[in-house]
Amino acid sequence: MTASEPNWQRRLLLALLLAPALLWLLLLIVLPHVDLALVSFRERVAPREYVTSLAQYQTFFTEPLYWQIFVRTAVVSAIATAITLLIAFPVAWTIAKIAKGRRAALLFLVCLIPFWVSETVRTLGWMILLRESGVLPSFLVKLGLVSAPPELLYHDATILVGLVYTSLLFMVVPLVNSLESLDNALIEAAYDLGAGGLTVLRTIVIPHAAPGITAGCIVVFMLTLGNYLTPNLLGGTSSQWFTEQIYNQFITRFNWEQGAAFGFLLLALSTTMVWVGLKASGQRFADVMQRS
Amino acid sequence: MNTSDNATVDLEVDAVEKTFADHRAVDRLSFSVARGSFFSILGPSGCGKTTLLRMIAGFIQPDAGDIRIGGRSMAGVAPNQRPVNMVFQQLALFPMMTVGENVAFGLARRGVGKLERMRKADAMLERVSLGGSAHKRVDELSGGQRQRVAIARSLVLEPTLLLLDEPLGALDLKLREHMKIELKQLQAAFGTTFVYITHDQSEALVLSDHVGVMNRGRFEQLGTPQALYYDPATPFVAGFVGSNNRIGGRVESINNNIATVVTPEGWRLEARTVGAVSSGQAATAFVRPEAAVLAREPSGLPGNLRAHSGRVDSVLFDGANSAVLVTESQSRGEFRIALPQTGQFSNLVSGETIYFAFEADRAVCFSGEETA
Repeated sequence: MTASEPNWQRRLLLALLLAPALLWLLLLIVLPHVDLALVSFRERVAPREYVTSLAQYQTFFTEPLYWQIFVRTAVVSAIATAITLLIAFPVAWTIAKIAKGRRAALLFLVCLIPFWVSETVRTLGWMILLRESGVLPSFLVKLGLVSAPPELLYHDATILVGLVYTSLLFMVVPLVNSLESLDNALIEAAYDLGAGGLTVLRTIVIPHAAPGITAGCIVVFMLTLGNYLTPNLLGGTSSQWFTEQIYNQFITRFNWEQGAAFGFLLLALSTTMVWVGLKASGQRFADVMQRS
Repeated sequence: MNTSDNATVDLEVDAVEKTFADHRAVDRLSFSVARGSFFSILGPSGCGKTTLLRMIAGFIQPDAGDIRIGGRSMAGVAPNQRPVNMVFQQLALFPMMTVGENVAFGLARRGVGKLERMRKADAMLERVSLGGSAHKRVDELSGGQRQRVAIARSLVLEPTLLLLDEPLGALDLKLREHMKIELKQLQAAFGTTFVYITHDQSEALVLSDHVGVMNRGRFEQLGTPQALYYDPATPFVAGFVGSNNRIGGRVESINNNIATVVTPEGWRLEARTVGAVSSGQAATAFVRPEAAVLAREPSGLPGNLRAHSGRVDSVLFDGANSAVLVTESQSRGEFRIALPQTGQFSNLVSGETIYFAFEADRAVCFSGEETA
């Protein structure tokens, strides 16, 4: 037996093991994207007649409505990510540092439970709670806080609530991981050397948890940016989410060329924001991905 | 120590108590530590020494009693407000900062300006022989160097009291021996009061001016290392500090504070009584390995001492700490005897019969059955 034969066999085995994942990646992600990219770079000049052009992208830059929705989606997503981080941090801290054993596991389960039902059902649940004839408005009337039931749906705040709720778990998991690995003696040592709570948070906890924070923010931002259901159902027609524009182009207007261009613009946006986020926080992508 | 001369006392622990669930970790403990001294708390794991140290640092509140540092009561004072700094067991250096930033951390919390605190950190690193290491990362340092950074990080704040929580425990034996000497020199150089906890009696004896031997939340004895070694106050101290031969028996007679103890097998030996020991009672005697003199013939022993005999079980060669394990003829009990440095007995072989004797004054005897 030659020395290269087991090596050759090992390569074949590796190739076979990786085949399903590679095929999935190639057939369902790479190929459709290539096709969409080609579609986005053509223009219909007459029925069944197309020419290569940048017209679809030009439309985006010349039409203020698309621009505004694009920026609005990015800003609201960033706000949702920030709020998710602020809410998830104390939760993750409690799970990682304060609760012990079964209690920590139970708290984790509580964060997980909403994901046992589908996103559609969850979002419809929010609608039942918040709509004018819903549970919360009539409760407010009963308490005498308002005279008529207010419409709580179709506000930006409502969209934010829904987005944060959907994203919480994806922030909590990487945060718990990175906080659990923080040695309590470091916190005590910082206190012992004269630091107060906020200083400990700023100088010890956040630098230690930075890869986890970055990982959580990236995941939540991308999920939020690409979310269709929550902004659409909770925000109604006024939600003005960029994914709705893509949906409209493809489904309502049958303008696949425009929809494909919008899709690539959204991809470029999320990639840019992740890159900016990594640069701003001084994190390396590989470190961050290990934490998420 | 008198409590009226507060100027010379840096730490006073006054009837401090702490109970966890049904376990009394610290039991009405009182002691004081003089300024500039090296005080060790020595005890087995679970004796409450860590709880005591954490109460002094402020991480745990005592259930009762008071802790005064530099004459000021620490009741209700948070850890970050106490004139105390701690060197943690695993050192707890901040990995996200450089060595210099670690040392400057406490100064920054006091609002010392950036240039000034970097200068002070550099000067402090110089004093612990780590000059020029300020820009290094913590994981670039060796175990002994990290130790010194941890001490420097605390001492740069000029605390009234430096607490050390078994800081040598994580080091290997050779480095531990070396750091022991370094710690003692550092303490002498800085003159800061050190409170050191350890389960290693050798660390406590080598380093300390005074040692409190702690067991079950109380001090069994508080004294100089010499006093603990030569005049143990309780059987626990006699057994825990240094090596000791332990012999259980009954007191046959007492003459001038010297008791004659007889084992159930009929072996008789003399030992100085400590505390109330009376004739006919059960008693435990302790004889240090180095207290016994060896001879190959009974005639080689000092004539005024009672001669004992035994069979050599094994020779434990360890350079200057060499010893021989002897099975005593009558009791069949194991007895450890230090070999003299002269090399006179270096050719002892197992099975050989040997004679030994010790001065009754150098052995101690306590009333009561063997417990620990």
